[in-house]
Amino acid sequence: MSTVKIPPVLRSSTGGEKEIAADGSNVGEVLRELASQHPDTERQLFAEDGQLNRYVNVYLNDEDVRVLQDLETPVRPTDTLVILPAMAGG
Amino acid sequence: MIEPRLDNRPCGGKYADIVAAIGHTPLVELRRLSPKPGVRIYAKLESYNPTGSVKDRVAKAMIEDAESRGAIRPGQTILEPTSGNTGISLGMICSRKGYPLKVVMPDNVTEERTQLLRMYGAEIVYSPGAQGSNGAVARALEMAEADPSYYMPYQYGNQANPLAHYNGTAVEILEELDDVAAFVGGLGTGGTLMGCARRLKEENADIQIVAAEPLQGELVQGLRSLEDGYIPPILDLSLLDRKIFVSNRDAVVWTKKLLADEGMFAGVSSGAVASIAVRVAAELDEGNVVFVVPDDGWKYLSSGVYTKSLEELEGSLESASFW
Repeated sequence: MSTVKIPPVLRSSTGGEKEIAADGSNVGEVLRELASQHPDTERQLFAEDGQLNRYVNVYLNDEDVRVLQDLETPVRPTDTLVILPAMAGG
Repeated sequence: MIEPRLDNRPCGGKYADIVAAIGHTPLVELRRLSPKPGVRIYAKLESYNPTGSVKDRVAKAMIEDAESRGAIRPGQTILEPTSGNTGISLGMICSRKGYPLKVVMPDNVTEERTQLLRMYGAEIVYSPGAQGSNGAVARALEMAEADPSYYMPYQYGNQANPLAHYNGTAVEILEELDDVAAFVGGLGTGGTLMGCARRLKEENADIQIVAAEPLQGELVQGLRSLEDGYIPPILDLSLLDRKIFVSNRDAVVWTKKLLADEGMFAGVSSGAVASIAVRVAAELDEGNVVFVVPDDGWKYLSSGVYTKSLEELEGSLESASFW
């Protein structure tokens, strides 16, 4: 099972859990498994079209999946998905 | 060999004033960081700009663009959200041009940024550090909406920002290197990456564009919901080939490594970018990897990054804002 790291802003939807174990062969499957375990995360993670919500960044280990294969990005059991809010720099 | 005669030449006055000296920064090879023969790593030292950061290019471009469009009145107050460097650059340029400057900045940046802003005469409005730059942007937008007398360049949404790099940074790189295999830049507003990506890929579509972005500590992710997130309007992910986050801890490790291995006194975001540049370099068989050093280390001395051990710094890294 992969590990999903939950940012502080989402922890109220996961019962305070900082890390969740979830199954799936790609990013989309892992996140939907997370949403099935913690239904309150679904509307925060996913838009109505099933894509990631605009202000949600998801990283496969440390790489933004939007610049890889998005929700189709393959995930191995040893991988970690990191969910982060979109934060400005500059 | 007879030494050539050194004529006593008067100073040619290459730069009419300090603003004209912005850009044309050194590109320095970092041989000790190269992971293998045939792969060369170069650092573009934007710290050599007059106020010490890459933002001098952006501030100059935004103000001159606004002036050319008649968007700024003489003596109008400029308002801008910043994590520091853009404000400092604007401070220098606005003081030269007679525009009062008000900046909105997170309250958890290093003390040096405050001192530099005050030195250039800027008025500072602090936003909650726990909200990072998101908080500064939100506050500045509120202020601009409430008072139309301000002119806000808005680096996050102003095309003059990436254009400064399209017309400057990228061109300078191409003038010095016959080929570039990969370009690595820090992701703040997106200006450096977007402008350089467009110009470099026009030259060679195969150039890999890699973004190094800050992994904000949990103590500076003070958002109420994910909807409070912020994405710079100028950011176009389709121009990036990879986007990789770097923790404050790793950024500090590599900042210390730049100093120890290459003698380079760089800011903490430079360490982050360097770590990704070396990673990308290790994946290549050959080629040149260029990364941007956004600023030098003077503004971060008070943080202890250059003199304290990682163990001593651990407690402060989660709440620090180095970008």
